[in-house]
Amino acid sequence: MATTITKTETLIGKRIRRREDPRLITGTATYLDDIQMPGMHHACIVRSPHGAAKIKSINIKPALDLPGVAAVFTGNDTEKLGPVPCGASIPGLRVPHHHLLAMDRVYFVGHPVAVVVATDRYIARDAADLVEVDYEPLPAVSDPEKALAPGAPPVHPEWPDNTAFTFHQEGGDVDKAFAQADVVVKERITSQRLIPSPMETRGAVADWKLGDQTLTVYASTQVPHLLRTLLASMLSIPENRLRVVAPEIGGGFGCKIQIYAEEALMGFVSMKIAKPVKWIESRRENFTGTIHGRGHVDYYELAAKRDGTILAIKLKLIQDLGAFHELLTPAIPTLSVLMMPGLYDCQNIRADIVGVFTNCMATDAYRGAGRPEATHGIERMVDILAAELKMDPADLRFKNFVKKDAFPYATATGLTYDSGDYAAPLEKALNTSGYKKLREEQQKARAAGRFMGIGMSAYGEICAFGPSPATPAGGWESATVKIEPTGKVTVMTGSSAHGQGHETTFTQIAADELGVGIDDVLVLHGDTSLVQYGIGTFGSRSTAIGGTAVYFAIQELKEKIKKYGAMLLKSDDVAYANGVCVDNKSGNTLPLAQIAAASYRALKLPPNTEPGLVATFFWEPPNFTFPFGAHIVVTEVDGDTGAIAIKRYVAVDDCGKIINPLLVDGQVHGGVVQGLGQALWEQAVYDDNGQLVTGELMDYALPRASNIPWIETSHTETPSPVNPLGVKGVGEAGTIGCSPAVVNSVVDALSPLGVRHIDMPLTPEKIWKLIQRGGKA
Amino acid sequence: MTRTITLTINGKKRTDSVEPRMLLIHYLREVAGLTGSHIGCETSLCGACTVHVDGKAIKSCAMFAVQADGRSILTIEGLAAGGKLDTMQEAFWNEHGLQCGFCTPGMIMTAKQIIERNANPSEEEIRRGLDGNLCRCTGYQHIVNAVKAAAAKA
Repeated sequence: MATTITKTETLIGKRIRRREDPRLITGTATYLDDIQMPGMHHACIVRSPHGAAKIKSINIKPALDLPGVAAVFTGNDTEKLGPVPCGASIPGLRVPHHHLLAMDRVYFVGHPVAVVVATDRYIARDAADLVEVDYEPLPAVSDPEKALAPGAPPVHPEWPDNTAFTFHQEGGDVDKAFAQADVVVKERITSQRLIPSPMETRGAVADWKLGDQTLTVYASTQVPHLLRTLLASMLSIPENRLRVVAPEIGGGFGCKIQIYAEEALMGFVSMKIAKPVKWIESRRENFTGTIHGRGHVDYYELAAKRDGTILAIKLKLIQDLGAFHELLTPAIPTLSVLMMPGLYDCQNIRADIVGVFTNCMATDAYRGAGRPEATHGIERMVDILAAELKMDPADLRFKNFVKKDAFPYATATGLTYDSGDYAAPLEKALNTSGYKKLREEQQKARAAGRFMGIGMSAYGEICAFGPSPATPAGGWESATVKIEPTGKVTVMTGSSAHGQGHETTFTQIAADELGVGIDDVLVLHGDTSLVQYGIGTFGSRSTAIGGTAVYFAIQELKEKIKKYGAMLLKSDDVAYANGVCVDNKSGNTLPLAQIAAASYRALKLPPNTEPGLVATFFWEPPNFTFPFGAHIVVTEVDGDTGAIAIKRYVAVDDCGKIINPLLVDGQVHGGVVQGLGQALWEQAVYDDNGQLVTGELMDYALPRASNIPWIETSHTETPSPVNPLGVKGVGEAGTIGCSPAVVNSVVDALSPLGVRHIDMPLTPEKIWKLIQRGGKA
Repeated sequence: MTRTITLTINGKKRTDSVEPRMLLIHYLREVAGLTGSHIGCETSLCGACTVHVDGKAIKSCAMFAVQADGRSILTIEGLAAGGKLDTMQEAFWNEHGLQCGFCTPGMIMTAKQIIERNANPSEEEIRRGLDGNLCRCTGYQHIVNAVKAAAAKA
């Protein structure tokens, strides 16, 4: 019998170092490429070097002739499989048939054309170069606005207008509000295409067991259960004979939510050759063949009164979709529209989205997914309005915030913000940064001819996706909690982690709720043969929905524990707390381990009670959660070089109740730095032929340690009423708040030159040119 | 065509026949079975494959296995060989210097070299020292804290 651990100290709210780290810091974790199997083959994918081309012929013979090559497959072999699924539903959406391998035409650089399978990865790579594809290049279009112009090359010949969908949303009376406005400000604001770039690229290992007729697919995915369900249909195999395992995942940031062609292709290949097969994406493939993020051209109009009251917002949103829809592609800009008003009490909104096909890789969910774009737009526009009205940007924000007593607050976009005190983080950020003093310093700097800027953002997020009616798959999350016969606790969550630290946060929740020690709990995830079913990790949902499922599973267990406790203590009045069942009358106690042992031994059962202590709970949330916060960024622009130095970075986040402050800070830091990447350096550039010019890490500027300022984080804590834990989510907050604060700061720095807006990324070259031209774009 | 190499990895000598074009990282992972060092780019830009060769941190995707002939290599697996975590490993754990963990082994090997060369590095020196290693999760701040903490303990 294991010793019983009882405790009174709670773990929620403590800076606890992570449970998952020992395997990661010792190099003993198993990532996808660490999987080795007897007889394993390796696949290499032949991809289009053209943005658009006809495939006139493919000659696979030279590749097949290379010793060690087992097979080569082309589009004709896989025509009946798939298609690569799109889960978004928008009325009138055009969904091009997305074959696993190109048929007679390629639509973007990186489009998979053939799969070469060999006994080792070097041979597979050699053989890929021997596949002869005869292409006839076609005109391509990579810029979404050019794609909409008359006479643009059609990405899909059947839809010459290159328009995948249009989407209109309206609330209030926008025309009336604009007619009544004292001031209208307009701006074209872009959110450039970004490459998510997790440090581990994608990949898949497929293992077909001929005798069992079962397929196991190991994949670097954020959504193992959804992958299983959709792969079963793509490969036409029974779902119960398909197992998906997400091993250790080296980051995702949204680009591993999709169900990619390669995952199905590996399943197909393994079934064909009856051997395990591995494909690991190269970094170049990751740049061309894994989804990108953002890709907005936004036309904003803001109507306001002279006193700064925002009356209405209009948005025309041009979304660069790429050539094919991945799982969520068309849905992402609709999230931007939902969050259009930001934190402001504005009941008149009008949005029109045009989703545009281009000869590029698909855009889809990248950290923030639609909300960074929305926040960037509204927070830039508020600064532009402040400049127009000669108001302090902080004052303008305070004036328009949804007030603290207005929650739950119904937005003009149909959402209900759950809880908030939007002024609190901005006040805290102003105090932390010494805002008033900074403005005085700025006056002196300007007098000395220096470009010092102070920028802020006040951001709101829609998180914890989400109620099932509002998500393409279910929006719930599941948990199974088992008290083992020895009293140890095993938690299985459907929310499969890829760096967030679920094993730690969910342990904190479970240990507190059951009153057991931290080492008594083990959290498992990522294997469809182990975990009930689940949705996955994205949209800052895991703690709010997955953690809540753990909470409710434990509430069910506690009822059962009490039934056993009452029987064993021979009492009709028991309570369960701190790992023991207590007879409220006699004061006698029974530890959890003894109750667990008795429940499995089952010599005697309480009335209407089954043996064992296992509970599974699927929790459907009643609403999203809406975290918020404020960032303040102090910059200085070097007038001679255009280089931007970030002097201060203050981030105040409100993610509801905090489970582990250490992990929350880590999420904010990482998020902010991805936001800095967008604001200052990163951009996926396709040329007019659809060639990805930034096709490698050499040409795509990911943030490095010495580029990054110290980030001063702090929090306000406004619990969410949506779940009993009061949590909201923090995975995307840093990214969402960052880019507008940085751009606002640099625009503020250059405002003496008359600069009103600069599109990201704010490269030194762009800033230098702007200064050279005296602030004229 | 293969060539025979003899080298020391984490204190143990071994001899293998390898293709001359085989990268050191592929040799370590697939021949020597040490999968703790990772491949993030194969173009020497990300640093996930960083190991020590004769005491110097190098990117093992930018070196052929045959170039390691006769040399001594230390990988992440060699750090806690006695069952006790290295100071730097412990510091990364304590300071939450990792999230997905993919860059971490390379990051730790680089971080060790920073404090081997400079016992008391400033924040700026730490950041410069980490510049060859990309991390997409942490925003680097907790990594900087970890290196500081390890330096203070060393």
